[in-house]
Amino acid sequence: MAVERLSDLEVRLTTPVTDEDVSELKIGDHVLVCGTIYTARDAAHNRMVQTLDAGGQLPIDLKGQLIYYTGPTPARPGHASGAIGPTTSMRMDPFTPRLLAEGLKACMGKGNRGLEVQAALKQYHAVYLMAVGGAGAMLSQFIKKIEVIAYEDLGTESLKRVEVEDFPAVVMDDCEGRDLLNEGRKQWRDTEKLGSYKPSEKIIVAQG
Amino acid sequence: MREIHVDTIKAKLSELCIEATHVLPDDVRDGLRRAEATEKAPLAKQILVEIIDNFDIAQREMIPLCQDTGTTVVFVELGQDVHISGGSLEEAIHEGVGAGYTSGYMRASIVAHPLTSRVNTGNNTPAVIHYDVVPGDELRLKVMPKGGGCENMSRYANFLPRAGKEPIIEFVMRTVEESGGNPCPPLIIGVGIGGTSEYAMGLAKKAVTRGVGSKSEDEEIAELEAEMLEKVNALGVGPQAVGGINTALAVNILTYPTHITALPVGVNIQCHSARLKEAVL
Repeated sequence: MAVERLSDLEVRLTTPVTDEDVSELKIGDHVLVCGTIYTARDAAHNRMVQTLDAGGQLPIDLKGQLIYYTGPTPARPGHASGAIGPTTSMRMDPFTPRLLAEGLKACMGKGNRGLEVQAALKQYHAVYLMAVGGAGAMLSQFIKKIEVIAYEDLGTESLKRVEVEDFPAVVMDDCEGRDLLNEGRKQWRDTEKLGSYKPSEKIIVAQG
Repeated sequence: MREIHVDTIKAKLSELCIEATHVLPDDVRDGLRRAEATEKAPLAKQILVEIIDNFDIAQREMIPLCQDTGTTVVFVELGQDVHISGGSLEEAIHEGVGAGYTSGYMRASIVAHPLTSRVNTGNNTPAVIHYDVVPGDELRLKVMPKGGGCENMSRYANFLPRAGKEPIIEFVMRTVEESGGNPCPPLIIGVGIGGTSEYAMGLAKKAVTRGVGSKSEDEEIAELEAEMLEKVNALGVGPQAVGGINTALAVNILTYPTHITALPVGVNIQCHSARLKEAVL
């Protein structure tokens, strides 16, 4: 098993990610990610999906992999990485189901996913993790190595292979279609103080 | 008349960009520490601990607080008795920003055309500049590197002139709730009320620069700030939207006179990495 439960709240996930690993991960789990992961943002996603649509071959085999949505700052000499926090995941929503169909098992970013991605995670048995947005310096401490493996012309948006050790994240959307934004809000809202305001039952997050 | 050379402005801008992206202001640090101390949800508390670690590590290791080193928003308060010598003020600002982002290992995130080519300019220029001409012979420069995730969640609406405060409170709450985790809560929420559409949005952004722990000088507005903050935190969205009682650190409101037909409201959303650094020349 590549998922090791450390406490009620915390698990260690070592890539590649298997179907059994995905089944183990529940919303609200604090996850420490170990092993090889890949980074890609909008521009790299766009290229990957264009390649697939044209019947071509991707630069990496997505089966069992985790893609992290980030565009790091340049590393200072002597550092493995610059700041490397997550970008807004929703911008990847139009591409994600297609990559899940290719065998991608996990993606990681910040913010929430649209209903189509949540349904695709259920359909393809995969999971969405959230790393803490705006904590790029802290997250850089868990990076062992970064190398550009494709789309070098995209600069910070190139496709990179990254070695991580105990990189912290949270399960935001699990393979049973559960979403932490909706469930967390329900648990912690103060209905009395909300007054006449009616919170939405299911949030479809604004585009952007 | 006091003379300030463009080279002085360039050098100062470069310094401000590097410091702003690496060193979080004290009021924001204090706000985040208070949030961590009061947070009841265990996962939210863990996230706040990671955010606090982040600003400590960023300063110690000189790694940017966030990989999104932002659109460089520069507020310029130019004393009317200052004469800028040696070239264009605007060019000096852009050159200073470019030099800071290049030498400081910050990310270049600006594309030259918003719609067509979207080619990266390579050094985060041009900056977005707001000028105010003020009395005196000083030049005040305020650098606010603004992340895309939170900026994209900002909103504008106009209400019926006598709608009162209730629909404005609801508009702010809806904006925050619908943004979920995208803008990286806990947030600073800037609200601009009055003026015209573009002026209200400008006020909202300026309101953000008041930071955490400040209060409107207008007593009724200070009460409205407190009420909005309480209600936004009652949403339960929490840090990074995992559920919790700290969704915002502050709501800051600025107002301006407006037209008899109008009640314009701008909302500017600021992430917890509320970077800001100023200098006076």
